[in-house]
Amino acid sequence: MPSYVNPEKCDGCKALDRTACQYICPNDLMVLDKEKMKAYNRDVSMCWECYNCVKICPNQAIEVRGYADFVPLGASATPMRSTDSIMWTVKFRNGTVKRFKFPIRTTAEGSAVPDGGFKSTDGLGTPALFTEPESLGLSEVFTLSGKETHHA
Amino acid sequence: MPNFQTVVVDTDLLILGGGMAACGAAVEAAYWARKNGLKVTLVDKAAMDRSGAVAMGLSAINLYVGLKDGANSVKDYVDYVRNDLMGVTREDLVANIARHVDSSVHLFEKWGLPIWKDAEGKYVHEGRWQLMINGESYKVVVSEAAKNALLQDGVGQVFERVFIVGPLMDGDRCAGAIGFSVRENKVYVFRAKATLAAMGGAVHVFKPRSSGEGMGRAWYPPWNSGSSAYFTMRAGAEMTCQEVRFIPVRFKDAYGPVGAWFLLFKSRATNAMGGDYMVERKAELDNWLPYGRVKPIPANLRNYLGMLDVMEGKGPLFMRTEEAIQKIAAASKDDPKAYKKKMKDLESEAWEDFLDMTISQALLWAGTNVQPEEKSSEIAPAEPYFIGSHSGASGAWVSGPEDLQTGESKNDYFWGYANMSTVKGLFCAGDASGASSHKFSSGSHAEGRVAAKAAIKFIVENNSAPKVDQAAVESAIAEMLKPLETYEAHKNETTDPEVNPSYIRPRMFMFRLQKVMDEYAGGVSSQFTTNQAQLNRALELLEFLKEDSTKLAAPNLHELMRCWENIHRMWQAEAHVRTLLFREETRWPGYYFRADKPRMDEERWHVFANCRYDPVTGRWEMRTRPIHRIFA
Repeated sequence: MPSYVNPEKCDGCKALDRTACQYICPNDLMVLDKEKMKAYNRDVSMCWECYNCVKICPNQAIEVRGYADFVPLGASATPMRSTDSIMWTVKFRNGTVKRFKFPIRTTAEGSAVPDGGFKSTDGLGTPALFTEPESLGLSEVFTLSGKETHHA
Repeated sequence: MPNFQTVVVDTDLLILGGGMAACGAAVEAAYWARKNGLKVTLVDKAAMDRSGAVAMGLSAINLYVGLKDGANSVKDYVDYVRNDLMGVTREDLVANIARHVDSSVHLFEKWGLPIWKDAEGKYVHEGRWQLMINGESYKVVVSEAAKNALLQDGVGQVFERVFIVGPLMDGDRCAGAIGFSVRENKVYVFRAKATLAAMGGAVHVFKPRSSGEGMGRAWYPPWNSGSSAYFTMRAGAEMTCQEVRFIPVRFKDAYGPVGAWFLLFKSRATNAMGGDYMVERKAELDNWLPYGRVKPIPANLRNYLGMLDVMEGKGPLFMRTEEAIQKIAAASKDDPKAYKKKMKDLESEAWEDFLDMTISQALLWAGTNVQPEEKSSEIAPAEPYFIGSHSGASGAWVSGPEDLQTGESKNDYFWGYANMSTVKGLFCAGDASGASSHKFSSGSHAEGRVAAKAAIKFIVENNSAPKVDQAAVESAIAEMLKPLETYEAHKNETTDPEVNPSYIRPRMFMFRLQKVMDEYAGGVSSQFTTNQAQLNRALELLEFLKEDSTKLAAPNLHELMRCWENIHRMWQAEAHVRTLLFREETRWPGYYFRADKPRMDEERWHVFANCRYDPVTGRWEMRTRPIHRIFA
């Protein structure tokens, strides 16, 4: 199955401007059945189990049932992703439950500043990229003719 | 067939792809484009937040040189990569990535990627070059910076869910690309002064081990369908290392990562009898000198020693997770409280490794009640992949930077602009550029930046709009949409749309390709072994497949994309088979074995094996290129 949609929880994202799972699936698998207003995975054998549909669903309507051709039934891994961390609940076939929490980012969503505050040196003809050499922590970019690299 | 609207987009730099290399290209190009009054357009087949190979996340950054701390030098990295690839690598390209990659990693951290730090605030290394990260949102953070850079004051624009089919040409110069939306009936014609291909590697060219649902659980993601290789080949670019596929040894079936286990937890891998094949089969390494004696031992040779055990009936192979964890925890054995905490931390680290980047492996462990601190887990070689950014090397033959050449290498490795292919105005990065392995996520980002800066320089110095022949565009559009037309024309010839004598659906087409490659070109079923006769048979069968590719049929836009993805795979397959045939030796046992040429021939074949499809004559040309060392 890999990802599957719980019909009781899926509302087709009708209140949003787009169907979240369809928007995010990297392999164009999640699709909205417009008659039923429910999403489904149209080709489970092409599903990577990346969980991006699971993580983005506003209704927690999507889960993953491990690949039936090699994963015994009964296990689940369920994420709850917030703006700065993710909580996982892993349920074993034998009933064991484990919980883990990991950070996912250190800055506010949307706030990534392209140059990261590093200054750039100009010139299309030099090997220094945008933000370099400051972003390297060096006084200059390594070249073959140059000296060994050293601290800024 | 429905009517399609044609959208023409004129831009200066066209970036194809949305993964790590493309995001690096975008952030870099936006800066230089703004300075020079140019426009940048990025096209992604999916949604940039979660597209490309890092879509799920990663638990490590595999390339950080640590130049600022003097931890390693550029040369150290070049030496490592050259040795791991059995002596076949472009030192200028690898050095160029190595001298810039730390900058990309430092930017990732500023953008919000959590990198593990020790008590002194230093990065926690998984291995010499690898950093541990909390990387669930690695791609989200990197694409956010790229989008923010492009969308500031109108310097750039982003098209998502547009699938790129092939190049547009102006004589011998790349003039852009054509593609279609997978969401609405629109054809896109992108006309550009320079084009940067970064559309990933190729998966599902070979039959995967799992053939049911689990087929989707490729190690590298299934949406990497050979688009970079197809695009560059059809533009007439010279290709390199098309024989250097990669076969990762990973946790069996779900393909969970082994890096943390080998490097961070210092785990051993053994056969079923508990024998360590790296120790017991050490003598075999002498058959592959000088590379058999370098440290670390090249990945393909490590694979090979394990495979020899399996072929001798000593499988399965196991990662000895319980032994490794007990060994680490034993250090705090005398302090029960510290021991308990250490075990808990190790357990969390072990599970995060999977949950960040291969959640299926966590599901497989949970489904089979595996607790790694108690029980070993099986490892096995996966199937072949084309991934020039990792331990494979396939991609386009690109120019190196001018300042990282010797007098000798400059003639062969430099033609004006870093990372430009042999086609004018066509730049490549990430899996699209060859002979520069081990760049991984961070190095692909850095290489995308290198390529983008060079592409902007190219545009400034060649600032003329390419001429695109309208008749050629129209015929390319017709060819692109043909599978929809074929389906419509023939669908009523049968009661079952799957079985129709007039067409082939993309899924069966892919299975046919995979069967040829698996059985004749050294796939899983033949233990990665092939020979000249088998390869010639593969070419015969690929020729029939190529003819039938004109009969691919699609009832909708999703399947139209699948049709073209599989045509892209087919071209990657052909370049691979031709180069396997051309290189008359076995250099990378563990990746493939030429049974009729079972030895490495350092005298004759310590060279690059390159190929080129000539778009004018339709013929393939094979040639060697010399290997130059840039560090004395």
